[in-house]
Amino acid sequence: MTYLIKGARVLGGDPADLLLADGRIAAIGDRLSATGATVVDAGGLVALPGLVDLHTHLREPGREDAETVETGSRAAALGGFTAVHAMANTDPVADTAGVVEQVWRLGRQAGLVDVVPVGAVTVGLRGERLAELGAMADSAARVRVFSDDGHCVADPALMRRALEYVKALDGVVAQHAEEPRLTAGAQMNEGHRSARLGLTGWPAAAEEAVIARDVLLAQHVGARLHVCHVSTAGSVEILRWAKSRGVQVTAEVTPHHLLLTEACAETYDPVFKVNPPLRTDADVEALRAGLADGTIDAVATDHAPHAVEDKESEWAQARPGMLGLEQALSIVVETLVEPGLLDWAGVADRMSVRPAAIGRLDGRGLQAHGRPLAPGEPANLLLLDPAARATVDPAALASRSRNSPYAGRELPGRVVATFLRGVPTVLDGKAVR
Amino acid sequence: MKRHLLEAADLDRADATLVLDTAAQIDQALAGREVKKLPTLRGRTVVNLFYEDSTRTRISFELAAKRLSADVINFSAKGSSVSKGESLKDTALTLEAMGADAIVVRHSASGAPHRLANWVRGSVVNAGDGTHEHPTQALLDAYTIRHRLGRLDGVRVAIVGDVLHSRVARSNVWLLTTLGAEVTLVAPPTLLPVGVGSWPVGVSYDLDAVLPKADAVMMLRVQAERMNASFFPSAREYSRRYGLDARRMAALPDEAIVMHPGPMNRGMEIAADVADSVRSTIVEQVGNGVSVRMAVLYLLLGGSTR
Ligand SMILES: [Zn+2]
Repeated sequence: MTYLIKGARVLGGDPADLLLADGRIAAIGDRLSATGATVVDAGGLVALPGLVDLHTHLREPGREDAETVETGSRAAALGGFTAVHAMANTDPVADTAGVVEQVWRLGRQAGLVDVVPVGAVTVGLRGERLAELGAMADSAARVRVFSDDGHCVADPALMRRALEYVKALDGVVAQHAEEPRLTAGAQMNEGHRSARLGLTGWPAAAEEAVIARDVLLAQHVGARLHVCHVSTAGSVEILRWAKSRGVQVTAEVTPHHLLLTEACAETYDPVFKVNPPLRTDADVEALRAGLADGTIDAVATDHAPHAVEDKESEWAQARPGMLGLEQALSIVVETLVEPGLLDWAGVADRMSVRPAAIGRLDGRGLQAHGRPLAPGEPANLLLLDPAARATVDPAALASRSRNSPYAGRELPGRVVATFLRGVPTVLDGKAVR
Repeated sequence: MKRHLLEAADLDRADATLVLDTAAQIDQALAGREVKKLPTLRGRTVVNLFYEDSTRTRISFELAAKRLSADVINFSAKGSSVSKGESLKDTALTLEAMGADAIVVRHSASGAPHRLANWVRGSVVNAGDGTHEHPTQALLDAYTIRHRLGRLDGVRVAIVGDVLHSRVARSNVWLLTTLGAEVTLVAPPTLLPVGVGSWPVGVSYDLDAVLPKADAVMMLRVQAERMNASFFPSAREYSRRYGLDARRMAALPDEAIVMHPGPMNRGMEIAADVADSVRSTIVEQVGNGVSVRMAVLYLLLGGSTR
């Protein structure tokens, strides 16, 4: 199957043609032609490398009523992703080679994105003893990212051992930074709004204290650390300090923390309940700046589908989390590209190149992600119409769940096409399958 | 008045004054009557939807509705809606189908009345939601202060105790300041919310410094179990530093009143002789609660709109 993409602006540059053949980019140039190739008119569209998500909850196995590997993969493809890391907090937990291989296989069957399983750090996410990290690394799923996400690896000694142990696996521990003793019963960011709304506060210090501890541990044992969903200005400061000292730390920020604030909680609508919680305007500003200057390495969605009954309730009883895959790129366009904080190369770096490197997906070979758009590289890419604007309709999403915090919001940018190894998963803005 | 009474923060000065004036008119209309009943809400249905045990608040609303001749249904959903198996939304739709004109809701989750208001056409009255608000309590407190002291403008009110977990404190902060009172919160720092600095009130950690300048002192219930989470070291230390005993009461100005929303922990936040003193409005508050709730139901369901 051969595709000839006409007139795409690669990373926003001058229009060029791209020829995709045998899973790779065969050529990039002016007025390319190829007999038998399917032509895709990309006039006015920006070509970006396929996006890589470090943080997706696909809910399978266990909560197939909320999302499956297949529906989540479709949502990802529509969002311009070609690889997603599937978090381990499924039921059963992905803490054995068997479960990670199951998720990996389901991803292959769906065939819409590369589903990269994350392995749990501790057995059952209980934070008591290490899961068989080596077995997961050596499995067909080739796990490199380990996380108890949803829970913090709170025990400092256990965290230290995890950081050390995965060095032998070329792995990384992705920490959900939340000191549990400081967030018992927490419902939203702690500040003047939580005080007024009578919702138990989640203090910024509960995140920052764990990040500070963990960067010191990572430095001490010479290990890689990745910080999930950074949400506060203070966290950005700590990361900046750690990086300046040479600590091998990377970090991600979610689209929702780049756009929304704690003011959303005033509706008491649990669609805005998420962990870590939405923070203040000042935090949002610091997160945007941190992503722009590279202190924060990546945008990761923390796509968290929930069934209607888990969200259509009282705030305190609702589960935390929101959808993100299908709107992630639009939100980055709105919050960073349009204000001039990030150019298209920067978007490619933070949403494809760096997350792929953190997950060790950036090697050689056809299975790689986050590679440059250049001849010979795997043909993983998306075409974006940056001028399009659309209003988010949760009912129209490919995800099985409807808990989008962006319902009714007009956002810029439309993913017109996504290619995974030269094969379209999305064309004309619609999923191919 | 708006359609619902979800929080005191929603009430502007005119609305709040209208409720208090209406309650006063109701009191006058019923004074000295043998049959304490008005025909105003005949044929209307008021549902008391209580997810938390609170016999006193439920009875107060029930009496208020009955004195207005409304039909009253007590829907007790003890425990959480989830543990009961039926969601708040399903319950709301059921009550809607039964034709509830007003739903009086008490719930352990902050914001539950706001959610309910999205799903029903009738009026929702918040009878206490989590640690958020309890607006009719604040209205009856304001009514009591106005009745005893003759005004609210410039009245200095000290609210003492577990502000952090108190819906009564929150509602009083918004309502009393809207009505022109000067509110000072007094508590150990652990029992004040982070962010209290943005509220239109004074804050003090020192009860003895505040009492000589208080026209009304409102003691909040403090649960002794809070000491297990280190909000304070012991019940004894709490009551020594923040309890109102006869010695402290003597420091109040002559006309000052002592209030408590009940139920009291005698010996903890308030000494028995203080609770039973002539300054105490505690029994009066209970009676005023019925009048104020009648006014609220009347204005939401049958009364004039402005
Ligand atoms: Zn997390």
